[in-house]
Amino acid sequence: MSEFRFAVNVTPKPGILDPQGRAVEGSLGHLGVEGVTGVRVGRRVELTVEAATESEARATVDRLAHELFANPLIEAFEIERIELPAEVAR
Amino acid sequence: MTVRVGVVVFPGSNCDRDTLRGLELAGAEAVALWHEQASLDGVAAVVLPGGFAYGDYLRAGVIARFSPVMRAVAAFAADGGLVLGICNGFQVLAEAGLVPGALLRNRGLRFLGRDVRIAAERLDTPFTALVGDGRPLRLPIAHGEGFYFADEATLDELERDGQVLFRYVDAGGTRARAEGDPANPNGSLRAIAGVLNAHGNVAGLMPHPERASDALLGSDDGLPILRSLVEAASRAAHAPVSEVADRAPVAVGS
Repeated sequence: MSEFRFAVNVTPKPGILDPQGRAVEGSLGHLGVEGVTGVRVGRRVELTVEAATESEARATVDRLAHELFANPLIEAFEIERIELPAEVAR
Repeated sequence: MTVRVGVVVFPGSNCDRDTLRGLELAGAEAVALWHEQASLDGVAAVVLPGGFAYGDYLRAGVIARFSPVMRAVAAFAADGGLVLGICNGFQVLAEAGLVPGALLRNRGLRFLGRDVRIAAERLDTPFTALVGDGRPLRLPIAHGEGFYFADEATLDELERDGQVLFRYVDAGGTRARAEGDPANPNGSLRAIAGVLNAHGNVAGLMPHPERASDALLGSDDGLPILRSLVEAASRAAHAPVSEVADRAPVAVGS
């Protein structure tokens, strides 16, 4: 068995109103920044999975993303393979 | 005999006591059901109360969905059992897929605690049979994520199939607009405040009927909703098996 680390990036689906993103975008003027649009606020879940192969580990992450991390009605997600940290602080 | 109605208690539920009391005022024997129990103790209906189940971490309602008691609630609902979700309970039902749609962050981003007015769209359901003539009901809300969302096709289906149970209205009973209308506190699409599942035995709503179940609380407009549920549960509990045959032929499980 090996350990594989992933990140799941969850964002509001296109077309879904994102009040947080809208509020962040609205604040940019106060920073004196112009020309920034399309701000969307999501969340990122990082996790380590123990499995025989990477594809097996990825299947587990895919299931968790579908059932738990994202609500498919309103959110999209992307799974990203990332490096295992040297020491995971729990 | 008094009918038994269960109120699920998740870690973070905070309206469970009020809901138990409201159900007692409505004539039920109300019992608490702990989130770790896998059985519903033979109750005739289940209420998921308001609060912040599991801290609302990740998304409101999602972690509660995977608790042992929710597996039992899903099986109970699939068998035609009556389930009502209030506020956070509505969020749990939506996350569990037991009612259609999702509850998003309020359009105005703020947590809202105040009275609103809603009107029942249907008066022939187990949740509204005693609500009366459809006049506006004054009920409190207390939520940060109450913006009802479903895609346009689903919203059209809900309207067509009579699954819109409550809408936000103004004091005169006129349906609120989705945006820029103080009568629609959270910006819910089509001013939807509560919905039914396709079979009509599971309902969720954002306002709190239990917080308006006694005139002492400023309004008892919520009591008829709880009384409707208790009366329907009482009928379900005492119906001979043959009269329950119209229950959904849905596979039990989740």
